[in-house]
Amino acid sequence: MSLDLTISTFGTRESRLGSITGYNGDLQDLVSQSKCGTLKEKNRCFSQSTSCDAGCALGQLAYIRDVAVINHAPSGCTAMAATTIVSHTQLAAKRGLDYDAVFLGTDMDENDTIFGAVGGLKEIIIDTYNRYKPKAIFVGTSCVSGIIGEDVDSVLAELKSEIPVPMAAVHCEGFKSRVWATGFDAADHAVLTTLVKPPQKKTNVINFKNFNESARTEIIKIFANLDVEPFFLYSNSTVEELSHLSEALATVSICGTLGTYLGNGLEQKYGVPYIKTINPLGIVGFETWLRGIGQVISKEAEVEAYIEKERAFYIPKIEELKKQLQGLRAVLGMGASYAFQISRVLQELGIEVVWVASWHYDTTYDNHEIPPHLEYLAKESPNNFKVSVSDQQNFEILNILNKYQPDIYLGRHPGTTVWAIKQGIAAFFLADEYKTFGYRGTLDFAYTILDTIKNRSFEKNLAARITLPYSDWWYEQDNATFFKEDLNK
Amino acid sequence: MTKILDQPRYKCALAAMQTVHAITNALPILHAGPGCADKLGGGGQGGSGHFSPRVFPCTNLSEKEVIFGGEERLKETIENALKIIKADLYVVLSGCTSEIVGDDHQEVVRSFQNVDQPVIFASTAGFKGSNFLGHEWVIQAIIEQYLKPAEKKIKGLVNIWASVPQHDPFWYGNLFELENLVAQLGLTPNTIFGYDRGIKNIDKIPEAEFNLLVSPWVGLNNVKLLEEKFGTPYLHLPTLPIGAFESSKFLRAVSDFAGLDQQKTEEIITENEKKYYYFIERFADVFLETRIMSKRFAVVSDAQYSLAITKFLVNDVGLFPSKQYITDDTPDQYQEQIRGYFKELNYEIEAEVAFISDGYLIQNEIQDTYFTGHPLIIGSSWEKKIAKKTDAYYLSISWPMNERLVINSSYVGYGGGLKLLEDIYTEVLARAI
Repeated sequence: MSLDLTISTFGTRESRLGSITGYNGDLQDLVSQSKCGTLKEKNRCFSQSTSCDAGCALGQLAYIRDVAVINHAPSGCTAMAATTIVSHTQLAAKRGLDYDAVFLGTDMDENDTIFGAVGGLKEIIIDTYNRYKPKAIFVGTSCVSGIIGEDVDSVLAELKSEIPVPMAAVHCEGFKSRVWATGFDAADHAVLTTLVKPPQKKTNVINFKNFNESARTEIIKIFANLDVEPFFLYSNSTVEELSHLSEALATVSICGTLGTYLGNGLEQKYGVPYIKTINPLGIVGFETWLRGIGQVISKEAEVEAYIEKERAFYIPKIEELKKQLQGLRAVLGMGASYAFQISRVLQELGIEVVWVASWHYDTTYDNHEIPPHLEYLAKESPNNFKVSVSDQQNFEILNILNKYQPDIYLGRHPGTTVWAIKQGIAAFFLADEYKTFGYRGTLDFAYTILDTIKNRSFEKNLAARITLPYSDWWYEQDNATFFKEDLNK
Repeated sequence: MTKILDQPRYKCALAAMQTVHAITNALPILHAGPGCADKLGGGGQGGSGHFSPRVFPCTNLSEKEVIFGGEERLKETIENALKIIKADLYVVLSGCTSEIVGDDHQEVVRSFQNVDQPVIFASTAGFKGSNFLGHEWVIQAIIEQYLKPAEKKIKGLVNIWASVPQHDPFWYGNLFELENLVAQLGLTPNTIFGYDRGIKNIDKIPEAEFNLLVSPWVGLNNVKLLEEKFGTPYLHLPTLPIGAFESSKFLRAVSDFAGLDQQKTEEIITENEKKYYYFIERFADVFLETRIMSKRFAVVSDAQYSLAITKFLVNDVGLFPSKQYITDDTPDQYQEQIRGYFKELNYEIEAEVAFISDGYLIQNEIQDTYFTGHPLIIGSSWEKKIAKKTDAYYLSISWPMNERLVINSSYVGYGGGLKLLEDIYTEVLARAI
């Protein structure tokens, strides 16, 4: 089934991609079950707090520098506004740009849950427009507005004649999907259906879906070898810029989870090719990805020349470091794409991946193919490492770390790495999505791992002086103890 | 009724998970959506303690529970939490979803009354009120469902209640400094939040001679309930004491209420003031001679800080108040009284106060205010932009406070006043005249 870009609602990852949040097994089983279509969601009878699609969706849209995001929700759902605005303001300041987006809420109260609040919402949308004159307005739905059945689409339809900028309802009720990455799709769906215009011309631009564009300068230089320019999104983008996404030569993404909806959507609707290779993390990832781009834009020779030049400089350095990394063992806890892609990078560096905890798992992407990094690992991984799908379930991760005692734990979401160090295990937090990007990133990453495991003072000092919150009983159980039987049974 | 939440300065009642979290070894169990704790916890607030939002058990309510109800889900979550996570006190908190779908939380929690560890419940649906109210509701739940009457009162034992833990970036340092002040008088402070406090101190609450509430309004319902339930009288001091003037006033008020020796209290005050003014004397040149800051200032914060900082800057430092803003959604019944506190300043100075949480309107007013030069604006991260626009000196002290790290520093007491001067004049020194 293709993406329906004609209506304001869209399918969750569970319904589109067969995504799950509960699984316990290993790499080969996961891949073969994905291919056979036998993979089933497993419920837990105990869980810890995770994240919701609304946070993900609205945070993404607020990257756009000139929009208003209105969260139709009680105050707590909008508590993320300051963190979002401050960090995006910092990102804009880094490039000397103004960041004028606003992130507001409707502060729904008990009366609103009884009598409805579309009248109030309407006024707030009008006020917001009059105050800030944003170039687009996104209204997010929440658990509360969803349960009481607020018709945000109708409100926006009524306001269409009054407010002359694109407006979209972002359907991201927190209960809607167990997979918070569905929020990426909610944001992409809103952008695709309301901001992107049909192409007027073709440009030499490649849409680059990422988070914080920290490797911006580096990528501009790489792409210059191919006579193309990257356009990074959504960080520091504008409504006007995004309207031209359809004119690009291709779309690429730093992360498979992040890119699938927009990339495949642009390809489906406007024929902009989406580069569906493994992502440019590590050496194989980078080269495969760059060759994928070269093929689509017919610049194969330039790509090979670039690769040859860079290899000559970096590969000997990386090979030298590999000697010191050989034999180290790692456990990872990350989103569905990074978890497996960073595993690949670790293996390239000679590190043994013993367990991957993936926050969710997409059985396929929106092109109906199994995620390419899984396909790659199924063929190339030297070992059939253990895999669990477990959305930031701290108790499971600590149980696994206790059992496997790796040399290092790698995480990519706030609030997880700290727990590894509390158990005395060295940990590194990959906040920067470009930490392992290309040859330079791979080399930096190798050094960082060495630095992390060579000085364990911080974790040893801390671990020696604190107690852990989990019972001894729990550490003796299997990490999958609290899985229920298949949902369908 | 909806209202425009432009630059949020309060969170919802479920943020009371932070109040539970601040009680060492007390664990919140959330019957709420998957993203609630994530959004309410935030980073940089000291959240990676013995427990953390990622450790909090949560039913992560999905479409299934919205349709079929979530009582079973809550029951199994509590049951297994008791097995997996060790805690002295388990506090079940409801979120919006479970309240709207009508789950009977009381009934589920009641079924755990015979387990070894105490399990209590507070209704904290986000749509029911702010995090300031949620904080009160958690304390209320502890009083009503956990505390037992004391066999005897302990002379000199004083429970101290102040600001909302974690939401107030300085909650820890402030509370411990209040303890120090009270202890100087020879009384025994009892607090429940932070290092080495927790359940053993909660158990002592009914034994106290009196409750001391240092807050303009948050917590007033709690000390009244404690009086009703355990016959413990309370002293309500609305102003958080920052600097010499208020700290001395604070010591006198507590001493009087406790019936302590006046002369001895005066001796303590004199010694504290002498030491405080030793520093003021040494750095008075900085305060007078480096500043091009105007004498006017505006505080945009919760009732606690707007009041406390206004008092300090007027009565201790000799600055002049512009209009002050209170952004914590203070319930109507407290507003008149709080307005009155701003009229009790030296030299019959009065500060105008607005109870308003709409950042857009506040900042428009600030922009249109005549500050007679570069003002001092004290508030949250939201004030950074208006401070830049008005060429003001700027210090963030209350939530949301994203670009500043506070571990355990305090603005309370004599030393706290000096610390606030350090922070303000560090800003002043960073700018050319």
